[in-house]
Amino acid sequence: MLIVQKEFLQIFRNKTMIPMIFLLPFVQLLILVNAAIMDMKNIEMIVVDKDLSSLSTELTEKFAQSPFFTVVRPGFSVKQAEEAMLGNKTDMILIVPSGFEQQVYHQGKADLQIQIDAINGMTAGLMNNYATQIINSFYFAVLQETGNNVLMKNNVKSISMNHRFWYNSQLNFKYYMVPGILAILLTVIGMFLASLNLVREKEIGTIEQINVTPIRKYHFIIGKLLPFWIIAMFELMFGLALGKILFDIPMEGNLLLLFGFAALYLIAVLGIGLFISTLCETQQQAQFLNFFVLITFVMLSGIFTPAESMPHWAQNLNVINPIAYFIRINRMVLLKGSEFRDIAGDYISIGVIAIFLISLAIWKYRKIA
Amino acid sequence: MKPFFGFVKKEFIHIFRDVRTLVVLFGLPIAQILIFGFVIRNEIQDVRIAILDKSKDPVTFEITNRILASGFFKLDRYLESDDEADKVFRAGKIREVIVFDHDFADRLEKEKKADIQLLADASDPNSARLIVSYTQAIVSTYINEINSQSPQQVKIESRTRMMYNADLRSAFMFVPGTMALVLMLVSAMMTSISITREKETGTMEALLVSPLRPLQIIAGKVTPYIILSFINAVVIILMGHFIFQLPVRGSLVLLFGETILFITLALSLGIMISTVSSTQVVAMFLSAFALMLPTMLLSGFIFPIENMPHVLQWLCRIMPPTYFIVIIKNIMLKGTGLAEVWKETLILIGMLAFFLSISAARFKTRLQ
Repeated sequence: MLIVQKEFLQIFRNKTMIPMIFLLPFVQLLILVNAAIMDMKNIEMIVVDKDLSSLSTELTEKFAQSPFFTVVRPGFSVKQAEEAMLGNKTDMILIVPSGFEQQVYHQGKADLQIQIDAINGMTAGLMNNYATQIINSFYFAVLQETGNNVLMKNNVKSISMNHRFWYNSQLNFKYYMVPGILAILLTVIGMFLASLNLVREKEIGTIEQINVTPIRKYHFIIGKLLPFWIIAMFELMFGLALGKILFDIPMEGNLLLLFGFAALYLIAVLGIGLFISTLCETQQQAQFLNFFVLITFVMLSGIFTPAESMPHWAQNLNVINPIAYFIRINRMVLLKGSEFRDIAGDYISIGVIAIFLISLAIWKYRKIA
Repeated sequence: MKPFFGFVKKEFIHIFRDVRTLVVLFGLPIAQILIFGFVIRNEIQDVRIAILDKSKDPVTFEITNRILASGFFKLDRYLESDDEADKVFRAGKIREVIVFDHDFADRLEKEKKADIQLLADASDPNSARLIVSYTQAIVSTYINEINSQSPQQVKIESRTRMMYNADLRSAFMFVPGTMALVLMLVSAMMTSISITREKETGTMEALLVSPLRPLQIIAGKVTPYIILSFINAVVIILMGHFIFQLPVRGSLVLLFGETILFITLALSLGIMISTVSSTQVVAMFLSAFALMLPTMLLSGFIFPIENMPHVLQWLCRIMPPTYFIVIIKNIMLKGTGLAEVWKETLILIGMLAFFLSISAARFKTRLQ
């Protein structure tokens, strides 16, 4: 296994490698995780209150007091408010029609209108839900006030809903992101760097020299890939430690399960890297192709958005997407403490994928320049 | 002028000779758009839930029906006991467990109050939040209807209009961002790599001693990428329009104008990177980490800027794509004119001037 030794020496002699291995996870974890927050706070809204009654003021107050909303300013005309929305100055407009108080107390029926900037579909849905809830609680208060007699007042029914968020009670998005980012990290090392390394030999020409040695094809490939496998496993340890120190991520499950899965996963990913390297002549091409494959698979894998929300054909595609498996297993083991029987099916799948990919790559790789 | 055109032609030939890179250059935007448009969803649909119904009376059935009829949820199974919840979450498929308390209908009728517990798998906090929020909305709509059914009770109805994006399509959010990403990739990254390659292989020397002026060299290198980027941008807008019904409500001329401004800006960034990189690998990494990743994460593309810690918000504000995305969304989706985006446009122009001047200062006409 002298070739493994030689590879390690070469890798570490490359000055950019060492900072990459140690800095990269650090930087990625720090910035990505902190940036990736999807909380909804400070939804800006304008209240166009055409009634200006004590009831409508009460309603506005309810919104102003809510931690979710910030009443940017009261508006007097709908047109002004709509212009503000066009100019990105507000996210939501609440329109209280004139005569609102009258309608509620004397006519028994009143309308409210809400306009939401819906360019971001998800946040729009959330904003609507929050607004609806505030209006509902306002409605209850009104009902209890306007009941004509004691019987009426007590007739107001309510359903109390307690919700509990399991495994991540603070809805800490970092808990969600760190496993995903670790997965990307390992993939970059396993696929990207390994692939680049192989193509560099091709580009520089030293591969011809190796080809004329008596070394067998399998030994050569293992020699090239093994160091990256080892480095990647080390990265997993390092990344997990960083995650624990920086973000105190939970580690509910058996870490050995995770490492076992990572071992198989890396084989699959190294296979992809090897395959890509056989398609490229220059490092630049390898970089682009790797980047392309990486981005596509990562996006499909459900790192930012849930895989279950994707259309069925995409979910089917994910069956052969190793990254999807790894991210899912990462999250399940770390956050929920899933056990082997929960993920046995995935273990088998990744094993099959790994064998398939690495065989394909080795078959494609010929000992010619 | 003739040597200049000859140079541009040579650049084009170089680009087209490299088929693999070309495939990535044109394939990537198309793949991105398709993925982001069809695959990445922020909304929820067909979320698997389990129900633990301790009452099994008409009211709980009605509420269950409503929840399932909403289209957001799919019933995976009924649970029989509280302990099953943990097992079911661990297995991974179910994201919410709804627990109806005992004697639900009775308590609602006699005590006017009944309890529901929503247990959500928050390992994906965003989905959990959405799931709980939607469930709550469905239940509170139900209780409102019940309450307003007695004739003396007052009814307050609120109607919501979703502006600019009535169907809540994800594509509206992502296509503009993808455009920024792709233009950044093609213009900045490719330019920087192309210039650096000449430096690395030594052909830069040959160029410098030729009658071509340094300015012409740079302009010549950059011209093919302007054209390619522009084609990419048009393809993206067309795809957005025909596949995702993304409208272009504003002025097309303004849209193209701003696009060219951004392309030029990205190119100037690429040139600047090439002046500080000695090898292609360095140029590639700089482009990837200083441009690509921040563009995806810090430009408001996927994650809203307002929610980030202040330190990161500052970083976002020095990213050109942040402003470009705002401009595109405004022009395409809100149909505004220059009046609403003049501030952002001015900032982009300022950045362009800044990067160009740095590049001009750093470009060495002699070699070390």
